[in-house]
Amino acid sequence: MRPVVIAALLLFVLLVFPSLFSVYYLDAWTQVAIYSIVTLGLALLVGRVGMVSLGQGAVVAMGAWVAARLLFATSLPFPLVLLGSGIITMVLGTLVGLPALRFRGLYLALITLMLAGAITVVLAAINFPNGGRGFTGYNGASVHIPPIRRPSIATTDPAFFRYSVIVAIIMFLLVLLQIRGRPGRAWAAIRQSESAALAAGINTTFYKLWAFALASFITGVAGGLVAGSFRYLNSLTFSTVDSITLLAVVLMGGAYSMWGAIIAAFLLKFLQALLNNWGVSPDWLTILFGIGVLQVLTTAPRGLVEQVPKDLARLGRLVRGVFVRKPATEGPAE
Amino acid sequence: MIEVRGLTVRFGGVVPLDGMEVRFDAGTCGLIGPNGAGKTTFFNVLSGFVRPAAGTVQAFGEDLFAMAHFRRARWGLRRTFQTEQAIEELSVYENVAMVHEHSKLSGTTRRHDVLGAINLAGIRSPPSARVGTLGAGERRLVELARAIVGKPRVVLLDEPAAGLPDEETARLREVIRKIPEHTGALVILVDHDMSLVHACCETTAVLDFGKLIASGPTAEVLRNEQVIRAYLGTEEVKL
Repeated sequence: MRPVVIAALLLFVLLVFPSLFSVYYLDAWTQVAIYSIVTLGLALLVGRVGMVSLGQGAVVAMGAWVAARLLFATSLPFPLVLLGSGIITMVLGTLVGLPALRFRGLYLALITLMLAGAITVVLAAINFPNGGRGFTGYNGASVHIPPIRRPSIATTDPAFFRYSVIVAIIMFLLVLLQIRGRPGRAWAAIRQSESAALAAGINTTFYKLWAFALASFITGVAGGLVAGSFRYLNSLTFSTVDSITLLAVVLMGGAYSMWGAIIAAFLLKFLQALLNNWGVSPDWLTILFGIGVLQVLTTAPRGLVEQVPKDLARLGRLVRGVFVRKPATEGPAE
Repeated sequence: MIEVRGLTVRFGGVVPLDGMEVRFDAGTCGLIGPNGAGKTTFFNVLSGFVRPAAGTVQAFGEDLFAMAHFRRARWGLRRTFQTEQAIEELSVYENVAMVHEHSKLSGTTRRHDVLGAINLAGIRSPPSARVGTLGAGERRLVELARAIVGKPRVVLLDEPAAGLPDEETARLREVIRKIPEHTGALVILVDHDMSLVHACCETTAVLDFGKLIASGPTAEVLRNEQVIRAYLGTEEVKL
């Protein structure tokens, strides 16, 4: 039953959304689809394995840049470019995750944040990569960059939206497969107790790195989609603050569920577009997320994804209560 | 058979194991001693969580310290923990299967072994039940099933009955007694419940301040004056 409902929902999104929303909001939905892959990767690290990474914003940047360079340097089809940026980002992102073998919690978060900061600062300072030729193309100080090509079957915005949703579905299925399998069991054990995991014969070093590798791979693929959706990249597209905001929305959405990743991406990208359209400064979002994280951590540690259905059920009971009582009082006095 | 020679562990100035010499032959062996005697440290050395300063451990003719810690479980060294550590997020079945999936056996054989271990441990909840929803006694049994699935060679039980009511302890005792004959493993039982040790172990070794102070048939060891003194902590007890 559940797969049928999900399939119907996805078909609705793929077929009806492009005609339902304006170009502006459709672009916001494209970003939601792309960033749901990024939040899924972070939720995997934080929720499944218990490793807090504040470096995922930089990992998106790596994926986007690698994809952009591959698109400039080669005439490879877009899916292969996504695969390539995923694999290269997987290697780089796993390096960012190496400290996880020694540190946990606050220290790991701090180290990954520093690494993310270092990467974005260096990229911005040397203005690399930019629009030169070939894979390592460098234009000197010029910020000019040629437009990044989109997949030939998805040059228009509605088509690129559908393309992004389908890539996101594939990434979610990939992660689901891992969670249901041996890695998922190993991660559950590591999160609860590393000694118990070791005593069960689990190679904890391997599975921690595998979590970082998988999260980096899908985030790299998402970065490739970011490059295709923006069409122009510069070193200011990605800031270190993105990494912190990412963690905030993941906690709010719910780090323990795959649906939570979609809610997180919605909060991150759709709310932003909504506020922009209403002419409200996006700085309000930072304040809103701050309050949101505080609220979620104190009242609903498993995130909105579990809290909202509970609250809706409570509201339903409340409303039903009102309607059931009405006949007893012989209708409202008018 | 496990042979421990000159095993020493140092944490700074503290020496929880001080040249420990002991031999566990077969069946179920008790390992007792007052708090801080070094029992759990000994288990942690065998598991590879603590690196010894000196000494060797030969387990069935193999040098245990030559194996990486996670490989020891695959080799057949299994354990439970003082504070039970069944994985809450996973089902009973997954908890047990997790230990066994490193074996190179076929899926059908593995499944058969996992269900066998769940059965032998006498777990009453269905294999699909999530461990987080189970009571303390059942979770202990899940941990125990994890320790006996497949082909365990050495099973280390660290205070399995701690915090359990009498009825649950009785259930646990029956399971522990069955392990050697059903799996052929050598069981080492650490517990403060002397009736449990007495009921399960043919032989018992006693640790005090990281040294072996007695070993032999359980009944004799428990009557040993030196052992009683170590437990009571004084030379003369006048009632």
